[in-house]
Amino acid sequence: MSYIEIRDLNFSYRDDEKPLSVLRDVSLDIEKGEYVAIVGHNGSGKSTLAKLLNLVIDDYEGFEGSIKVDGKEITSSDMTEDDIYELRKKIGMVFQNPDNQLVATIVEEDVAFGPENLGLPREEIRARVDGALMTVGMTAYAKHEPHRLSGGQKQRIAIAGIIAMKPECIIFDESTAMLDPMGRREVVDTMEKLNREEGKTVITITHYMDEAVRADRVIVIDDGKVVLDGKPSEIFAEDKLLRQCGLDLPLCADLLLRLRARGFSLKGEINTPEQCAQTIADALGK
Amino acid sequence: MSSIALGQYYPSKSFMHRLDPRMKIIIGIAYIVASFLCTNVFSFALLLLSAVVLIVISRIPIKVVLRSIKAIIFIMLFTAVLNVFWTKGKPEELLFSWQFINIYSSGLYNAAFIVVRIVSMIIGTSIFLTYTTTPIQLTDALERLLSPLKVIKVPVHEFAMMMTIALRFIPTIVEETGKIMSAQKARGADFTNGSISKRAKALVPVLIPLFVSAFRRAGELATAMTCRCYRGGEGRTRMTKLTLTYRDFVALFFIAAFIAGIVLLNIFAPGYTMGG
Repeated sequence: MSYIEIRDLNFSYRDDEKPLSVLRDVSLDIEKGEYVAIVGHNGSGKSTLAKLLNLVIDDYEGFEGSIKVDGKEITSSDMTEDDIYELRKKIGMVFQNPDNQLVATIVEEDVAFGPENLGLPREEIRARVDGALMTVGMTAYAKHEPHRLSGGQKQRIAIAGIIAMKPECIIFDESTAMLDPMGRREVVDTMEKLNREEGKTVITITHYMDEAVRADRVIVIDDGKVVLDGKPSEIFAEDKLLRQCGLDLPLCADLLLRLRARGFSLKGEINTPEQCAQTIADALGK
Repeated sequence: MSSIALGQYYPSKSFMHRLDPRMKIIIGIAYIVASFLCTNVFSFALLLLSAVVLIVISRIPIKVVLRSIKAIIFIMLFTAVLNVFWTKGKPEELLFSWQFINIYSSGLYNAAFIVVRIVSMIIGTSIFLTYTTTPIQLTDALERLLSPLKVIKVPVHEFAMMMTIALRFIPTIVEETGKIMSAQKARGADFTNGSISKRAKALVPVLIPLFVSAFRRAGELATAMTCRCYRGGEGRTRMTKLTLTYRDFVALFFIAAFIAGIVLLNIFAPGYTMGG
């Protein structure tokens, strides 16, 4: 049994009269401890999928299928308020705009917001807040005001706020879309750390392929359907299909692909610039 | 834009700044009451002296304090003038009389008393509540002080949460206003020339996007808060704890002594007593 099991999921929004279909026959399994990137161009339905996992959609009328988290069917009609609360304790979500997630005027008080909602004792909250700030590397800013921080720093505070609730799984819903390259790197490094060092299940939703490369598994969604699902290197071999889905290849993968097309024989992994450089060096060495 | 100050908080580490905000609210209220208890020259003199002492121990520069008094100078003069002309004293107190205008010495006293009362009250409350306490501390303290009202279903936590979020978003919205204004200027909008009505109309294309975005922000914030397991004040604990220290008891002792002093001076000191 997988940690998250999605079966025959269909979802449509009510747009005036006609229902607007956003997800079609999606079936997915995500294991505990996996690092998954869900990619797709704007309007492909990837964000809706993320929101469904945490039940933060206003209207479930257009919903069909089933979603199980940790063996519990979250979309059944007998989910109580308390069950939903338990689900949100297990799955944390980080959103796109860092400004619209921070509640308090002082960094550490914002990080404490989640644990406070869980009704934890004071010492426990303190320990979790300090731990979470340490994990995202923002301990020095504990007493700062969030609006004076950079986008990447704010987003790391938002992540700390989720970590402090100790969820098993964290979903990043386009959390890097509004950041500059520097901020994006800070956030992606934090994601990777959470997965590799803390053992969290990380699901990141993005349209930056450079970020998807760093995951263990990439799922490509186009027009509400799962088009590709596999290791990054497998996914980027399907360059034509990716382009049809409106996605670009990561720079390295694109470079190697073009070199191959020119008749160079290149073998090896292409996930990071270092691997890419190594592959080219090996080819030149021959 | 990031240096925008919230309220009139004046950062420092004075005795006053370190008091528990709950105690500051209580003392602030007591101070207002004390200013209304004063009735004669001696108690008013003590009141004025206390205001000076407050400025000294809170280490707020006198310039900053004067700025807050300047804001109400018109109301102050107006009430003072009213008191001079409208006080009807005893015949032997008459100083000046012309047609229907009669000025009594008691009127001059009353005017001076009113001015001292208003000035001290403004200095007292702003030192206790705005200069030495951040708005967020104030909100937090109010929530804790009023929490007994939850028993009679007053949504104390919800009000405090709304205040906190408003304070949190002021800098964000101010920054956004700046961006929208620049964007509209780039499209040829003119906010500085023309009549008042024309300039007000020019603000419409700023306000509409600002409101749309504020609602969008509110929606996103609500989703984010829900995801962080927010379910209102019930069952919620707090990380920070407000604790009373010896300072708070020292302050409480002084305010009590101050009120006692005023009452004693009212009873035993000679001189004109404030009246109608």
